[in-house]
Amino acid sequence: MSAAPEHAPTIAQTSLRERFAPYAPGLLVLILIAAGLIAIPATSSWLTLTVSGLAMGMMIFIMASGLTLVFGLMDVINFGHGAFVSVGAFVGVSFLLVLEHMTSAPHLLWNLTALMLAILGAMTATGLMGWAFEKVIVKPVYGHHLKQILVTMGGLIVVEQLIIVLWGPEEIYITRPEALKGAITFAGAALEKYRLVAVGIGLVVFVAMRWTLRRTKIGLIVRAGVENGEMVQALGYNLRMVFIGVFVAGSALAGLGGVLWGLYQEVITAHMGNQTMILVFIVVIIGGLGSVEGCFIGALLVGLMQNYVAFLEPKAALISNIALMVAILMWRPMGMIPVVKAK
Amino acid sequence: MLKILVSGDTPRSPILLALLIVILIGLACAPFLFPGVRSVDTAARICIFIVLVASYDLLLGYGGIVSFAHTMFFGLGAYGVALASTHMGRGFDSLLVGTIAGAGLAALLAFMIGLFSLRVRAIFFAMITLAVASAVAVLVSQLSSLTGGEDGLSFKIPRALGPAFKFTDGEILGVKANGKLLKYYLVFLSCFALFLFMLRVVNSPFGRVLQAIRENDFRAEAIGYRVVHYRVAATCLSAAIAALAGALYAVWLRYVGPDTTLSMEIMIDILLMIVIGGMGTMYGAVIGATLFVLAQNYLQNVLSLAGDNVSTWPLLPELLNADRWLLWLGVLFILSVYFFPTGIVGRLREK
Repeated sequence: MSAAPEHAPTIAQTSLRERFAPYAPGLLVLILIAAGLIAIPATSSWLTLTVSGLAMGMMIFIMASGLTLVFGLMDVINFGHGAFVSVGAFVGVSFLLVLEHMTSAPHLLWNLTALMLAILGAMTATGLMGWAFEKVIVKPVYGHHLKQILVTMGGLIVVEQLIIVLWGPEEIYITRPEALKGAITFAGAALEKYRLVAVGIGLVVFVAMRWTLRRTKIGLIVRAGVENGEMVQALGYNLRMVFIGVFVAGSALAGLGGVLWGLYQEVITAHMGNQTMILVFIVVIIGGLGSVEGCFIGALLVGLMQNYVAFLEPKAALISNIALMVAILMWRPMGMIPVVKAK
Repeated sequence: MLKILVSGDTPRSPILLALLIVILIGLACAPFLFPGVRSVDTAARICIFIVLVASYDLLLGYGGIVSFAHTMFFGLGAYGVALASTHMGRGFDSLLVGTIAGAGLAALLAFMIGLFSLRVRAIFFAMITLAVASAVAVLVSQLSSLTGGEDGLSFKIPRALGPAFKFTDGEILGVKANGKLLKYYLVFLSCFALFLFMLRVVNSPFGRVLQAIRENDFRAEAIGYRVVHYRVAATCLSAAIAALAGALYAVWLRYVGPDTTLSMEIMIDILLMIVIGGMGTMYGAVIGATLFVLAQNYLQNVLSLAGDNVSTWPLLPELLNADRWLLWLGVLFILSVYFFPTGIVGRLREK
């Protein structure tokens, strides 16, 4: 009887690089902030730019998150997402104009209430619109990328034109609520109050979204649906209902983003949604289609990049974001946090 | 002979054949049939847009790739001619240099974008082209010292193409024999040649492989065709032809600006033309572009007439306002994607 062969399995230690890889995208944000600190001479202006970059990033994240989830869940790419941003802005601003007595008083609580009412109105309107959009425009073209792109683009044109019919072709100028005007000084840097509010709202949305996706039953179904939709349906969940829910939520978030963006720019036009879509698409691509975390990190990167470069060399701002996208796609061709897909 | 000329891709429908012949004769004899500045201008626009839309069809209809950067390539050709003519002086050599530079740059840019996005997922291409094209449009309007910014550039074209040049005394069939006539035929013949070239391309083995990839890219790859190579090649070819169309447009208008070449509106127009005319067939581009340009020029009048008739109704006048014609085209666009995905030409060819 021969002796058993010597068997001493070893588990290969994961290399430092592999262990580090999941955190790389987050670190990239810190690296960019540090690079900004080096490139921008005055610390106070760096602080101002960082805050406005974060604010911009948060707003882009709010607009982009719905798009990326809808893609991840049902493989639907919605080029008409910008329409919800525009509609949200117009509805929100109409609310603010009606509630003028609340916004013009220099009273923070009143102002925030008015803002919340406007946001609520805008989100309800865009949520309902998202429901209709899904029923009428997206539903007949499931599984057809080409047709989806064309049809949702058509939807965008129609909605933009309807906005012009309802609100008139001129751009509407708005002022921010009284207590959100101006800036506070912190460490020698002027930080606009409105931007701080935007950062706050963005963080709340991100945390709420992450919590919903990670800790609730619905979130579990959504995440499972992204990974393997057929299996989820086989287990008896109506994925179609879940999808409509996600689509409506995504549209409502786009509406929220539209209100925030409109107040940030202090002017709204029917085409504003489509213009912001450029940044939204960059964010969705570099984040990895279908990934909420990737979308968040991508949005922060784009917002910071845009603000830093616009300060250093104004004309290069948009190009710098394209360059960022190219660089990230060279590094990770599927985006920073690619979502595993069975499809 | 004729069959060779159209590369064996005959219209295959008597009505379509009749329509195409009417369009061809109309365009070939436009200066004589419809004298007048505006109608000749419309005819030239139709010629150029047929080429532009056909080159887009090469990508969308045959390759199944959605691009939003087609106006960028169109604009590259146009700005190439404009910049060359401004800096090198008027002359055919500067037109040639500008055209070649524009087309080359367009192909190069298309190659780079294609390499980045088509490698991963065809759907990336749509988003990346949208982002890049918008960035370029913004850049062009910002670099006003080079490109004239929002105002665009007006430039001089060779004297032989201007209205002051007379190549024979008197008139031909009642039309002044001046450089303007020559210019129209330069545009018309170039467009005709480019169109026949594209017809040749899509009916070549290369075109067949593209169609195979559109139907099922996985299978095409499995048979042994490098899908990425074919897609990138189609993108470059289509970009170069779009740039050539842009160069012709610049020569025709003697002006380029962001609104006439780079704007998103033109991109949407191209999409509408292709879908209404019929994707996946070159003749769809002819029908779509002709109908659309005619509608663009004349439908607005009809709409404003309709608007006047219902001026007492609530909201309807605004909906029928002449400026809102894009709304109705958008509705038409969605309906045609649902119910006539093959467009007019596909419908005519069916039975």
